[in-house]
Amino acid sequence: MSSDFRFAVNVSPKPGILDPQGRAVEGSLGHLGIEGVSAVRVGRRIELTVAAVDEAAARATVERLASELLSNPLIEAYTIEAIGAASSTVGAPA
Amino acid sequence: MTARIGIVVFPGSNRDIDAVNAIEVVGAEPVALWHESATLDGVDAIILPGGFAYGDYLRAGVIARFSPVMRAISAFAADGGLVLGICNGFQVLTEAHLLPGALLRNRGLRFVSRQIRLVPERLDTPFTRAIGKRRPLRMPVAHGEGCFYADAATLDELERDGQVLFRYAHEDGAAADETGDPANPNGSLRAIAGVMNAAGNVAGLMPHPETAVEAILGSDDGLGIIRSFVDSAAARATEGEPLAVGGR
Repeated sequence: MSSDFRFAVNVSPKPGILDPQGRAVEGSLGHLGIEGVSAVRVGRRIELTVAAVDEAAARATVERLASELLSNPLIEAYTIEAIGAASSTVGAPA
Repeated sequence: MTARIGIVVFPGSNRDIDAVNAIEVVGAEPVALWHESATLDGVDAIILPGGFAYGDYLRAGVIARFSPVMRAISAFAADGGLVLGICNGFQVLTEAHLLPGALLRNRGLRFVSRQIRLVPERLDTPFTRAIGKRRPLRMPVAHGEGCFYADAATLDELERDGQVLFRYAHEDGAAADETGDPANPNGSLRAIAGVMNAAGNVAGLMPHPETAVEAILGSDDGLGIIRSFVDSAAARATEGEPLAVGGR
């Protein structure tokens, strides 16, 4: 029997890696009349549901996904965030 | 003998037809390989063409990396097979860890589609041996994510081991600067336009030699690269010639 666990993976450019998107956003701030905002970095957030026996197993799957597919370890860092375990079980076939 | 060159077609490839044309121009036989194919149809070498494989969703080249044909290509490359990635194909090869580095968004905040100039760093490789004396080479780029990146230690290693194949250059053939130089269209570190792996049988570049193979296309400076590749593939097929890449 397994449960559904929902996670978010936040991927962002590693410190020191050139981030032209972040720079473009930063460059537009002046047009809004906003001051005092710096170090803008643009990343992405991927949300997903994993069916697993427990949260540790689910997290291990997300860890693998995050390092092999969702991020490029050469240029990006990621964090994994649990965003609530879905309560539904998928163990019993209809 | 006529070399058979496999040209991989991913959903979103759009320069595959140009690659087919370039291979025919130099008298070799192009063989289209669909991304779902788990075998390579016995081809002598592989080109990964330009385009937007799988829409470039997530990151350019990454979804393509996990396709069945890429598994076969990894094995082919590990066995010494010749693989050339052009533009999006270069991005796929870095994501597949068959080539070092990564390709970031262009520094100049725009997609660049124009003629550039580049110079080969060495002429003793399967990808450059037929280039001859013409310098610099003129051909187009067309990409939004072509800024070559690797950390400083890796860049030093690539330079030391002769893995830097091409650099962006000025009209007089002098290498372009890293930043603030229009001759470097995307801000690539050390103006690197193309690299190869340590074994010398896998290479990638952002510019498009395959669309610069006939005068009517505006330039035929890409012919030297295509011909090098095809000649090397044919030599390997007939003689089982080991890839003689001189070390540095």
